[in-house]
Amino acid sequence: MTTATVSTSILPADWRDFLALTKPRVMTLVVFTALCGMLAAPGHVDPVIGFSAILCIALAAGSAAALNQWYEADIDALMKRTRNRPLPAGRMDRQSALHFGVGLGAFSVIFMGLFVNLVSAVVLAGSILFYVLVYTAWLKPRTPQNIVIGGAAGAFPPLIGWAAATGHITLMPVLLFAIVFLWTPPHFWALALFVKTDYAAAGIPMLPVVAGERVTRQQIGLYTIPMAAAAIAPWPLGYAGALYGVAATLSTLVFALFAAQVALRSATPDGDAMRPERRLFKYSILYLFMLFGALVVDRWVLA
Amino acid sequence: MTPDEQDMVRRRQKGGALVMALLLGALVVLIFVVSIAKIKAGNA
Repeated sequence: MTTATVSTSILPADWRDFLALTKPRVMTLVVFTALCGMLAAPGHVDPVIGFSAILCIALAAGSAAALNQWYEADIDALMKRTRNRPLPAGRMDRQSALHFGVGLGAFSVIFMGLFVNLVSAVVLAGSILFYVLVYTAWLKPRTPQNIVIGGAAGAFPPLIGWAAATGHITLMPVLLFAIVFLWTPPHFWALALFVKTDYAAAGIPMLPVVAGERVTRQQIGLYTIPMAAAAIAPWPLGYAGALYGVAATLSTLVFALFAAQVALRSATPDGDAMRPERRLFKYSILYLFMLFGALVVDRWVLA
Repeated sequence: MTPDEQDMVRRRQKGGALVMALLLGALVVLIFVVSIAKIKAGNA
């Protein structure tokens, strides 16, 4: 793998850099899906306990993001999209990032175990370890299927939210996990298609870099099929009502249309600026918000 | 270290200390409120 030297400032890091290390924008999606998992679960959660659980999930996501950046500082320095992060830009030393990430993760798991419940704490710890060890350190630099396995890390929040509310895991939270897990490949590969040169420069074996655009487009189309099935499944299985069913079907149809436009393109015309890929990427974020939002509205409206 | 850099270090240390103080204060309040909630729920 290509490496770059990361310069380190002698100045102590600014608190804003620690905040940036937690990837707050990614955290919003994590918090949202976790909150939806919690609100969609049966029974009543004390608002204070619910808030604590969401806080722990957010801190755990921040911990995983910090440890990811600690491990990948050299790679981040090579990519235009990531070279201004606190570590590659030299605004923070690596040891501070490591201590911050480990501290945040340990705190979130202990707090969850003490004040919410043990099941959610165990899954929370597993999600941090999975993201940092299995995805970041093991699979990401080794296989073009990294995003598929790594998607599991991002799929944990609704499962943890449900476990925090109920203290156990049933088929429905596993379905929520499956939705995010299967949504991740089309979402990230759409991004990877238009930032391909960045990943190539860093030596990360992203699918478009290793297998080419055609295969990536096919894979986006293929993964959309099980994702659509998982997204609509809660309705026929009786875990959600018609409100969710209609919202999920319509939003998934739009997703499938955008994914098909990306999947069926054979080559990128000059001056095209990867518009369908960018559209799919942007819509995929909105799609997840709509899907989980509909699930909560459905549960509370029907209740 | 130049005087400008020293100023910058002090500013950052002050900012960091302030944020840490606020976070610790918030943590104390959170633990208190969660403890009350757990006691009310009868599973403290």
